[in-house]
Amino acid sequence: MIEAVVSIGGIGMLAAVALGFASKKFAVEVDPRELAVLEVLSGANCGACGYPGCSAYARAVASGEASASLCTPGGTETIEKVAHIMGVEAEMTAPQVAVVFCQGDNRKAKNKYRYLGIADCASAQRLADGPKTCPGGCLGLGTCMRICPFGAIEMTPEGLAVINREKCTGCRKCVQACPRSVIRMEPLDATIHVLCNSHDKGAAVRKYCSVGCVACHICQKTVPEAYRIDNSLAVVNHEYNEEALAAVAKCPTKCICDFAEGYPEGSTFHPPTKAPFRRSA
Amino acid sequence: MKFKTFSGGLHPPDNKQWSAHKAIEDCPIPPQLVIPLSQHIGLPAEACVKAGDRVKKGQTIGRAKGFVSVPVHASTSGEVISVEPRPHPSGRNLLAVVIVPDGTDEWLDGVEPARCEDLSPDQMRERIRDAGVVGMGGATFPAHVKLSPPAEKPIDTLILNGVECEPYLTADHRLMLEQPQAVFDGIAVMRKILGVSKVFIGIEANKPDAIAMMEKFSGDTGVEVVALAVKFPQGAEKQLIKAITGREVPSGGLPMDVGLVVQNVGTAVAIHNAVMLGRPLIERICTVTGPGVFEPKNLRVRVGTPLKHLVEHCGGLSGDPAKIIMGGPMMGMTQLSLEVPATRGTSGLLLFRESDLSLHPEGPCIRCGRCVRVCPARLLPTTIAAYARLERIDEAESYGAMDCIECGCCTYTCPAAIPLVQLIRSGKAAILARRRKG
Repeated sequence: MIEAVVSIGGIGMLAAVALGFASKKFAVEVDPRELAVLEVLSGANCGACGYPGCSAYARAVASGEASASLCTPGGTETIEKVAHIMGVEAEMTAPQVAVVFCQGDNRKAKNKYRYLGIADCASAQRLADGPKTCPGGCLGLGTCMRICPFGAIEMTPEGLAVINREKCTGCRKCVQACPRSVIRMEPLDATIHVLCNSHDKGAAVRKYCSVGCVACHICQKTVPEAYRIDNSLAVVNHEYNEEALAAVAKCPTKCICDFAEGYPEGSTFHPPTKAPFRRSA
Repeated sequence: MKFKTFSGGLHPPDNKQWSAHKAIEDCPIPPQLVIPLSQHIGLPAEACVKAGDRVKKGQTIGRAKGFVSVPVHASTSGEVISVEPRPHPSGRNLLAVVIVPDGTDEWLDGVEPARCEDLSPDQMRERIRDAGVVGMGGATFPAHVKLSPPAEKPIDTLILNGVECEPYLTADHRLMLEQPQAVFDGIAVMRKILGVSKVFIGIEANKPDAIAMMEKFSGDTGVEVVALAVKFPQGAEKQLIKAITGREVPSGGLPMDVGLVVQNVGTAVAIHNAVMLGRPLIERICTVTGPGVFEPKNLRVRVGTPLKHLVEHCGGLSGDPAKIIMGGPMMGMTQLSLEVPATRGTSGLLLFRESDLSLHPEGPCIRCGRCVRVCPARLLPTTIAAYARLERIDEAESYGAMDCIECGCCTYTCPAAIPLVQLIRSGKAAILARRRKG
C-alpha cells in the first residue's frame, strides 16, 4: 500500500518538476497586446482586413506589421480601441457601405438568353458575358448574398441584389465577389446614387433597360455642381449630397435613388430611420 | 465482332439518319460575309485590309500574330465594307472583316498547285500555316503547330480521326465518302512532314460505307483503317489514341508525348488543298440539322456565312428556335442568335424548338455513380463538381479536375440533372486563374 502511494506520488512529483521546468524553458512569448487586440475585434473572422481571421490580424497588429485601422466591420469604436491598445493615433476613415449600382431586375432589364446553369454569377458571366443584355447590370444569381458574412444582402424575387445599409459593415467581400463590378464602396453619409453601371450610349441602354441612366443630362442641368456625366453615365459628387436631392424626382428613368427615403423597388428593407442615414441638416 | 474502344462513355441516340445519306451541297454565297479574325486557338489575326479595299478570293485579310496563330483569308472576291466588332460564336462581339461579295468569286492570282514530291517538309509546313489550316474537328488548333513536334519528342504514328462520335453530325462522314482521294493526299503530305510510316484512320462502326471507301483507297499505301465501337466520346483525342494504340497520354500531356499526332479527316483535306492546290482554308463542310430545321443537309459553307443564311438554304426554320448549337449536341457551343457567322470550326449547326428540349430542375446527388462509370477520363465527376461548388479548388485539383475533357457524359447521364460539367469548368477556371496569379 505504502509502496504504491510513494511510487505514484514520486512519479507525479517528478513529472510536475519536469513540466514546470519545460514551461519556463520553452515558454512561447505572446505579446499581451495581441490578446488585448483580439479581445476587442469584432470576431466575425470575415477577412475584410486582408488577414485570415481575427487572430491573424491581431498578431499582425501587435507585431506592427498591420495598420490598427483595418477592422472595418468593427466600426470606429473598434478601431479606436485597437489604436488605444497599440498606443497609436487612430486613422479614421469615413465609414463606408457597399452599394449595388443597378436597379435592372428581371422585369426592368432584358436578357439576351435564358440561363439554366448553376446559380453563380461568375459561372454565368463566363457564358457569353452573362445572360443580361446590359454589360454592367446585376445578374441576380446571389453570389454576393451568399458570401456576405453579415447577412446584409438580399435578393429580390425579381433577381436584384439589395444591400441593407444598417447591416453592412463595409468588409468589401461582395465587391470582390461580383464578377461585373456592380457593387462598389461608397461613404455611408452619401445617400444619393445613380444606380446604373452601364457605360453604353443612351439609345442602347433604352433598348435593354427601363431604369438605366440614358445620360440625358437633366440631373446635371438641374444641379450642375452635384452631377457630371462620365462616359454616358451620371455620377454624383457626394460633397453636394444635399443639393443632389433636387434632381432625384426629375430623373426620367428614375435611376437616381435616395437611400434616406427608401431602397430600390422590390426590396423588403425599410427606409433607415436613425443617424447617420438621415442627412445632418 | 468486337470493336476497339476505351473505358467509359455512353450511347446517346445518334440521329445521323436525317443527313447521313445526303450529298454535300454548295451553300450559295450570302449577300454579306462576316469573317472573324479570331477563328483558331491562339492569338487572333491582325487585320491587314480596311474599309473600301477590294479583295479577291483567297487573299489574306488578317495576318498571323505569333507561332500559335494563323492568317485569315477572304472567302470570296468583293469589297470590304468595315472592320468592326461583330457577334462571334463565343458570344462576345469580336473584330471581324465584313465583305460584300461582287459575285465574280475570282481567285487571287499566283495560286500555284504543287506536287508533294517537290516540296521539303518545311516548305509544306509554311504552306499549311499560310493557308490558315486549323483542326477541323471543332477545336481549331493551328495544324502547323501539331505538325512541328520538338526534336526530343519523336513521332512514330499518325492517327486520322474520322470517328465523328457527336450525335447528329455527318460532315466528316460525307467528306470521307465524297473526297477520299483528297483525304489520302493529305495523309501523304503529313507522312512526309512527320517522317512516319504508320498511319491509322479511326472510324466508328456505324459508318460502314465510309470504312469501305477508306479501305478501297488505302490499297498498298500502308494506311490501316480501324473500325471502332460506336460510343461517345470515341473521337476525343486521348480516347481515340487509347482505343487504337493502347497508349495513354499522361495527365497534362499531349499526344506527342507518346509519339503520336492526331488530325481530323477534314484537316487532311484542308492540308491537301493548302499544299497541293495552294488554296487557303476558306470553306468547310457543315451539317445543318435538328428538328428545328425543315430539310437537314450537309453544306459546303464559305467561312463567314451568317448562320441564318445556312438555315434559309435548308428550307428555313420549322418553328421558333429555342436552342441553337454550333458543333455537336454534347460539346458544341450554344449560340445567342443566327446572326453569328460560320467559322473554320463550325462542323455543325443544330436547331431545336422549345418542345424538343428536356429541361429538369436540379436535384440532390443520389450517389448512384453513373457519372463515374461513364467518365472517359476515369475521374470522379460528382466529387470534383462538389468541391468546385464549394470553391475548394485545392481538392478539386487533387481529384484531377484539369484532366476533365469536358465531354459532357456525366451531365448527360446524371439522373438528378446536376450541371456537373459546368461546375467542373468553373473549378478549372478558378484553378487556371490561381496559376496565372502564381
